[in-house]
Amino acid sequence: MDEKIISILNETRPEFDFSKSNNFITEGLLDSFDILTIVNSLDENFNISIDGLDILPENFSSVDSIKKLLIKNNVSL
Amino acid sequence: MNLKFNNKKITGILTVLPENEIKFEDEIENYSFSTSQSMKLKLIMGYNKRRVVKENTTTSDLCVFGLNYLFEKKLLNKDEIDGLVLVTQSPDHFMPPTSHIIHGILNLKKDMVCMDINQGCSGYVIGLNQAFMLLEQEEINKVVLLNADTLSKKVSKYDRNNNPQIGDGAAITIVEKDISSSPIFSSVKVDGSGSDVLIIPAGGFKMPSTQETSILKKDDSGNLRSLNHLVMKGADVFNFVQREVPQIVEELLESAACSHNDIDYYMFHQPNKFMLKKLASKMGVPEEKMPNNIVENFGNSSGATIPMTITFNLGNKLLKESFFVCMSGFGVGLSWASLLMQLENLTFCEMINFK
Repeated sequence: MDEKIISILNETRPEFDFSKSNNFITEGLLDSFDILTIVNSLDENFNISIDGLDILPENFSSVDSIKKLLIKNNVSL
Repeated sequence: MNLKFNNKKITGILTVLPENEIKFEDEIENYSFSTSQSMKLKLIMGYNKRRVVKENTTTSDLCVFGLNYLFEKKLLNKDEIDGLVLVTQSPDHFMPPTSHIIHGILNLKKDMVCMDINQGCSGYVIGLNQAFMLLEQEEINKVVLLNADTLSKKVSKYDRNNNPQIGDGAAITIVEKDISSSPIFSSVKVDGSGSDVLIIPAGGFKMPSTQETSILKKDDSGNLRSLNHLVMKGADVFNFVQREVPQIVEELLESAACSHNDIDYYMFHQPNKFMLKKLASKMGVPEEKMPNNIVENFGNSSGATIPMTITFNLGNKLLKESFFVCMSGFGVGLSWASLLMQLENLTFCEMINFK
């Protein structure tokens, strides 16, 4: 799952190295529109529909936080 | 707050589309983002093309054009108008009310109620509620509701958050008494603590427009705008909509003793495709029952988007067919409002181009 998430992150913002970041939001790697792009990709790739109320910056601050969101949407590891 | 109205109906809806059409691709270079990023957003948000007015075209121009069309086609008799309600956030002037300017240009009768309401994206439902309340009066039999905005003039062309989605437009809705109509249920809510979430900071009496307020400044996301421009805290608005709109609709259905199965269409305000898809998913509503094709064709024209959604997606069908419709508007204020009513046997339901 990690590889898939990183691939989606790289597709969204290819200019950044997400592996070197501790927090994608506070370090400025992702903005609010990037998050929408990522949600759209996650929905399509994992055949889910992430709840609009979960579209919060803190849920997209790291690979782990995105993974937690996927698990909440019943995506198996 | 729940509201209920008896013996009222909508008898006609006309939307007026401004003269200029702008394509998303034509403006990509204005934004400080990569083309590939912008093109992804185009797909997700439904940015495509939008209608905006020319520099000199005003809210009253759009309304007068539409009303004259109805007079000329004999779809509306000016002497029968007992109430004229204009919902807008882009008045021609601070004073007088733009509804009065329209009244004067069209030489309407003096014995009538005429008013402006300052409301944005929830303005169609709020305007309908006002029209229904006026129709409770014995002497008022026909109210013309106008929803019109030219907010594109207040958006920075370097603001990717707002510019690609903002459109202009006007809608004219005729509301009348009808003893055979089924009850209309509505609910309105407001949260003024979010009044800064969608705002044009300068240009009013608190912060007049000056040379200083017109200086473009870059925000954290790289958008350039000044204090004279519309600014939106997009994440806050998104969260507010996803939290409040499904809830108000559920409460409304309960108060009307209805279920989602009874609704033929969810004619919602049109901020962008992504937000509407997420709303439909959260509410368990099939996307075909909640049209989301207005931003991609015309842009988001504030209070005019719900009637635009109706005329664009149903049009002439409403002259003969009957649909139970749930409307919902949400945005600046913050305010949100929903309404359940039967739409049927309209005299007209169409879109025209402003010339």
